[in-house]
Amino acid sequence: MVLKVSDLTIARGGIKVLEGVSFELESGGAIVLRGPNGIGKTTLLRTIAGLQPPLAGRVDADPDSLVYAGHSDGLKATLTVEENLMFWAQVFGKKEISQAIDSFELGRLVNRPAGLLSAGQKRRLGLARLLVTGRPVWILDEPTVSLDTDAVAMFASAVRAHLARGGSTLIATHIDLGLPEAKVLEVGPFRARAAEIDDFDEAFL
Amino acid sequence: MIALLVRDLRLAMRAGGGFGLGLAFFLIVVTLVPFGVGPQSELLARIASGILWLGALLACLLSLDRILALDWEDGSLDLLATAPLPMEAIVSIKALAHWLTTGLPLVLFAPVFGLLLSLPEPGYMPLVLSLLLGTPALSVIGTFGAALTVGLKRGGLLLSLLVLPLYVPTLIFGAEMARRGVEGLDITTPLLMLAGITCGTIALLPFASAAVLKVNLR
Repeated sequence: MVLKVSDLTIARGGIKVLEGVSFELESGGAIVLRGPNGIGKTTLLRTIAGLQPPLAGRVDADPDSLVYAGHSDGLKATLTVEENLMFWAQVFGKKEISQAIDSFELGRLVNRPAGLLSAGQKRRLGLARLLVTGRPVWILDEPTVSLDTDAVAMFASAVRAHLARGGSTLIATHIDLGLPEAKVLEVGPFRARAAEIDDFDEAFL
Repeated sequence: MIALLVRDLRLAMRAGGGFGLGLAFFLIVVTLVPFGVGPQSELLARIASGILWLGALLACLLSLDRILALDWEDGSLDLLATAPLPMEAIVSIKALAHWLTTGLPLVLFAPVFGLLLSLPEPGYMPLVLSLLLGTPALSVIGTFGAALTVGLKRGGLLLSLLVLPLYVPTLIFGAEMARRGVEGLDITTPLLMLAGITCGTIALLPFASAAVLKVNLR
């Protein structure tokens, strides 16, 4: 088990969105989070990634095993594809980026400034970042936004290769990723009851 | 950490990075002053050290909102926060990169600008020394202000209002040191005070900046 979430209650802007969330992610396993917009999938992923504290409950994971990818790719428009990837590799203490470039077919674009890439190419570069970090647990928030069907297949095979290496992933998405082995976790049943007046104070905490 | 510093310096040099903006602003302020107060060189010589310090401070202020806001907008701040770098190191590196791209050029060009304001000859060394000691504090305090306002749309003005009062001690002792240099007086006391303020901010403020940034990233 690489990630264990127990009885987690999370809030966005002081308002409880999900409570009692519990699940476990095994090594080599994949979980897909599903639920309507605004239910708190992003907040849940950000809490697990350590960007915000939970209201209650625990997240048990080695912080040095997680890598988070959010809605934005964190790319610098004036740096080239190679410089962007190299930077993230170095931040995570790695040097090897060629495998990530090949996996997401960025070879032709290595010397192009990231600002000149299309939305889908930027996303592919953002996903290639996951590979250069060398971390086993991927926390992904809507990873396939603006990808075409070919690129989604590319992403699915990258995830499959990652799982085969013993990595694991937690993905929030709306579309079908073509990963039948992934467990689906519906977030809907964990929706917090309507906020009460008492919670008003928490908005200012 | 070095990768982050190299990236920030590289970004500053590339198109739209803002390298040299502060310096150009400093130059403009310094050339405008003689137009404003008239061309009497004795008057200029008397106010030169103060004008130079004020100009450096405003030039520094100009680029503060770039320190963290750009990284916040494109999501790299979230990713850096989850990377294996302590937040204190991230803000310290950001402040260092800001100083190298804004503060250091101001220090190096200050003698040239002193010439434009007919700064008396004994004043050059103390001026450069005071800027060298004082500008790191401006960058570190500015990073704290940037951390406070990160995530606010168009928070630049608020940032200036928050940061300028915190700049007062540095300005007082920096300008005092430069003024004493011009008059040929002993500069030890303001030098020690300035160095103390800078060391204190470098030692303490990164922790405050990191704590504030963690809250702002929630």
